[in-house]
Amino acid sequence: MDKFIKNIGMNGRAQMNIVIVGHVDHGKSTVIGRLLADTGSLPQGKLESVRESCRRNSKPFEYAFLLDALKDEQAQGITIDMARCFFKTAARDYIIIDAPGHIEFLKNMITGASRAESALLVIDADEGIKENSKRHGKMVSMLGVKQVTVLVNKMDLVGYREDIFEKLKADYSAFLAQINVTPLSFIPVSAREGDNIVSLSEKMPWYKGVSVLEQLDQFTSDMELQEKPFRFPVQDIYKFTRSNDDRRIVAGTVAAGSVQVGDEVLFLPSGKQSIIQSIESFNTLPKQSASASEASGFTLATQIYVRPGELMVNPSEPLPEVGCRFRVNLFWLGRAPMIKQKEYKLKLGSARATVKLAEICNTLDASDLSYSKSKPQIDCRDVSECILETSRPIAFDITSVSEATGRFVIVDNYEIAGGGVVVENLSAGESLLQQHIRDRENNWEAGLVRAEQRAVVNRHRAKFIVFTGVPGSGKRAVAKALEQGLFQNGMNAYYLGVANIDRGLDADLGSLADSAGERLRRIGELARILTDAGLIFITTIDDADDYDIETLKLLNEPNDILVVNLGENGFSRYQPDLQLPDGGAVADAVSSVADLLKTKEIIIDYQI
Amino acid sequence: MDHLDKLEAQSVYILREAYREFKSLCMLWSIGKDSTVMLWLARKAFFGHVPIPLVHIDTHFKIPEMIEYRDRFALEWNLNMIYGENLEALDGKLTFPDGNTDRITCCKYLKSEALKHTLSGEWPRYRIDHDKRRYVVDERKEPYNGVVVGVRADEEGSRSKERYFSPRDKDNVWDVGDQPPEFWNQFKTDFAPGTHVRIHPLLDWTEQNIWEYIEREKIPVVSLYFNQGGGTRYRSLGCYPCTNPVNSDSQTVSEIIDEIKTGKFSNIAERSGRAQDSEDGGGLETLRRDGYM
Repeated sequence: MDKFIKNIGMNGRAQMNIVIVGHVDHGKSTVIGRLLADTGSLPQGKLESVRESCRRNSKPFEYAFLLDALKDEQAQGITIDMARCFFKTAARDYIIIDAPGHIEFLKNMITGASRAESALLVIDADEGIKENSKRHGKMVSMLGVKQVTVLVNKMDLVGYREDIFEKLKADYSAFLAQINVTPLSFIPVSAREGDNIVSLSEKMPWYKGVSVLEQLDQFTSDMELQEKPFRFPVQDIYKFTRSNDDRRIVAGTVAAGSVQVGDEVLFLPSGKQSIIQSIESFNTLPKQSASASEASGFTLATQIYVRPGELMVNPSEPLPEVGCRFRVNLFWLGRAPMIKQKEYKLKLGSARATVKLAEICNTLDASDLSYSKSKPQIDCRDVSECILETSRPIAFDITSVSEATGRFVIVDNYEIAGGGVVVENLSAGESLLQQHIRDRENNWEAGLVRAEQRAVVNRHRAKFIVFTGVPGSGKRAVAKALEQGLFQNGMNAYYLGVANIDRGLDADLGSLADSAGERLRRIGELARILTDAGLIFITTIDDADDYDIETLKLLNEPNDILVVNLGENGFSRYQPDLQLPDGGAVADAVSSVADLLKTKEIIIDYQI
Repeated sequence: MDHLDKLEAQSVYILREAYREFKSLCMLWSIGKDSTVMLWLARKAFFGHVPIPLVHIDTHFKIPEMIEYRDRFALEWNLNMIYGENLEALDGKLTFPDGNTDRITCCKYLKSEALKHTLSGEWPRYRIDHDKRRYVVDERKEPYNGVVVGVRADEEGSRSKERYFSPRDKDNVWDVGDQPPEFWNQFKTDFAPGTHVRIHPLLDWTEQNIWEYIEREKIPVVSLYFNQGGGTRYRSLGCYPCTNPVNSDSQTVSEIIDEIKTGKFSNIAERSGRAQDSEDGGGLETLRRDGYM
C-alpha cells in the first residue's frame, strides 16, 4: 500500500473521498482494479506480477485480482473491512473507500460512506437490481452523499445492448427517485474489458455520456458550507489556569458558516448571549475570522456560563431548532432492536442527551422498499421513520437546512447502534413526560384524606422547596436550617440530602452521566408523593438550569414548587421565586424564605 | 483550507473529543516524527498546552539521542512526561541484543508487555518532576482507559483497517472483524468497564503529509532523521539493534519531502529498515493484535 501512496497527495492538490458500493459480485473490485491500473496508480511491477501469477496457475487474469493482491498486502488475511485505495487524475487525488457488499459488513459500508463526498453505485447489467443495490442506494442518500453515479457493469455479458442499459436505467432511476436520489449520470461499463472506464469505448457507440474517470473529475467538493448560517457546536470549554493561562476558551469545530471577531453570538438551548472577543490559535498569525471545517476556539467579551454541547450561532442569521421531540429517519445497526421505554444516548453535534423512542411511524424494508406501519420495534438493518424524544432540549437543525447539525447517532450499551437525520421539530406537541404526568394523574389512587384537611390539621400547606446554586454556595446549610426552623415551629418539614438518594434510591443507576435525567425524575416523583402526604419537602440541586426546574415542576404537579437560588445561577429565562446572595448569614436566608412562605400562605406564622 | 489544514482540523477535533470523553487519557510518544506531530497537534488543540500525559516505553535500546530529545522537550514544553519499562526482561537479559530471544519476542517483552502493564498501572511509571528536572516514581496508578496513538493508515496493512476510535478488550485484543461503525464525525466514545479505547488522530495522514506539516510548522524533530554528512539517515526510528539507517543525502526537511515524493524512496516502504516487520511475515498483524502500536 505505502509503496504507491507516496506518489500522490501532493501538497495543495485537492483530494476527494469516493465510496464504491453495490451488491456482492457486481464488480466493484474490478472497477477499482481498472481505475488503479489505467491511471498508472499501481506500485511498480504489480500488474506484471499478478498477470504472471495467473499464468502460472492457468487461470484467466482479472482486474479484481489486483485489488485482492493489494488487499492481501494490506490485510495479511485478516477479515474483510472497508479498505482504502489511492489514485490520482490530472484534476485531483482520490481515496476510494471500498465498502464490502456482504450484508454482514454493512456497518463498515456505513463507516466508509459517511466519509465520502461522492458515490459510485455498481450494478450488474446481467443480474439487474439486487437487494443491496437498493439498500446501499438508500444508505448513501441518508448519509448525505449528494453526488451519485451509477455504473451499469458487465455490459460485455449482455452484448453491449443499449436496450438493456436503458431498461435498467429506467428501473433504477424510478427506485432512486423514491428515496430522493438523483444520480448525476448512468454509465454503461465493462470493467473487465475497460470499456468507458478511462475513455469512451467503441463497443457502445450509442452512449454519448462521459467515462467514469471524466465523471469523477466533474464531481465538486462541498463548498456551500461556508455560505450557510454559522453553526458552532461547543465541544469543550478550556481554562488552563494552572499553566498560568487565564483565557477561557470556547473550543470546537465550525460546522457551517463563519464568524468574526466582534460578532454577536447566541448559545442554544441556554439562550445566553455574548460577543466574540478573540479567535484563539497556537503557532499561527492572529485570526479575525473562522469558517466551516476549522477547528477553532474563541474568547467571549462577557463572562457567561456555557456548557459543552450547546450550539453557538449568530442571532442575526436563521436560527436552529430547539426542542426535545423530533421526527427522524433512522438507520439501526444494533444487535438488539431499538425499543420504546428504553433510554439511549443521543449524540448530535457536540450535544449528548438521554433519548427515548417515542413512536415508530414507518419502517422501511430497504431490500424491497416495502413499508410497515405496525412494527413494534426497530430491528437491525431497518430504516425507520420515527419520533425521538430527549430528556432535555437540544439545539439542532433540520437536515435539509444544515446537515452537520441535523444528523445524530444513537448509542446503546456503549456501542453506536444507529444513526439518522432530523426531518421535523415536533416540540410543540405533548412530550413523553407530559403524557406520563397525564396518565399518572388520571390514575392516581387517592386516600380518603384530602389535601385541605391535612393543611388544617398540620396548620400549613404542602410545598416542594428546591434550593439551587453552584456547589459551595451554602445552599445545603440553609436548607437544613430551614427544615429545623420549620420543625421547631411545629411544622412537618423534611430535608432530603441528594447524596442519600444517590446511595439509596438511585444506587441502581451507577455513575453514568446519562442517568442525570432519571435521577431528576426520581426526585420529582418523590416530591409528588411527599407533598401529597402534606409535607414541606426540602432538597437541593447543583447547577440547575431551566429544564431541570421545569421537569421537577411538571413531575410534582398538581402540587406546588418553590425555587430558592443562592448566588450565581444557571438559569437563562427561569426566574427563581427567591434570589439570595451566597455566603450570607444562614439565619437571614432562612427568615427570607420563611417570609416568602408566609406571603404565599404556605405557613401561617414563623417564630425564630 | 488546503489538504494539510483539513488533516490538522480533523486531528484536532479527534484530540478534543478524546480529551472531553475520557477521564483517564494518555498519549503515546515514541519520539518518532509521527507522534511528535501528534504532540504538536495537541498543542494546537489545547492552545499551546498539553493537558494529556505523554507515555513513552523505554526499551533501553533506543538510540541515546532519542532520549535526550525527549527530555529536552518534556522540560521545554512543560509536558506531563511519563515512561515505563519491562524491568524483569531487562534485568533477566531476556532480549534479542543479549542473544536470548528472537526479534519478535524481544519486541513483545520490551514494548507490548511493558506498554500493557504501564497503561494498566501494574508496573511502575516514572514521571518527570519539573522542579527537580528528573524522573520520579509516579504515585498515580490508575489505568488509562483512553490511549492516543500516532498510527497512520498508510504505514502497513493492518493499520489501514483502523478506526479513529478503536476499542480493545480486557486483554488488549483488537477484534478486527467486528469494529464499531463511525458515522460522520461521531466516534465510539463510550466503553464498558475494563475495556479501553485507542484513539488515532493521524489515521488519514501519509508519510509525506507528516513531513510537509513538520516543514510548515517548523516542528523540531530528532536529528537522526537527517543525513549528518555520512550519507545515511534514519527514515523510521526504533531500537538500534533492529533499526538500520538508509542511504540518503537528505539534510533538510524539504530534501526529505522531495526524496519521498519523487526521488529514490517513492517506491520503497517506510518501515523497510525495521527488521522485526519482515520476521512477522511482512506485516505487524501478530504484534498488533497483541497490543503493539
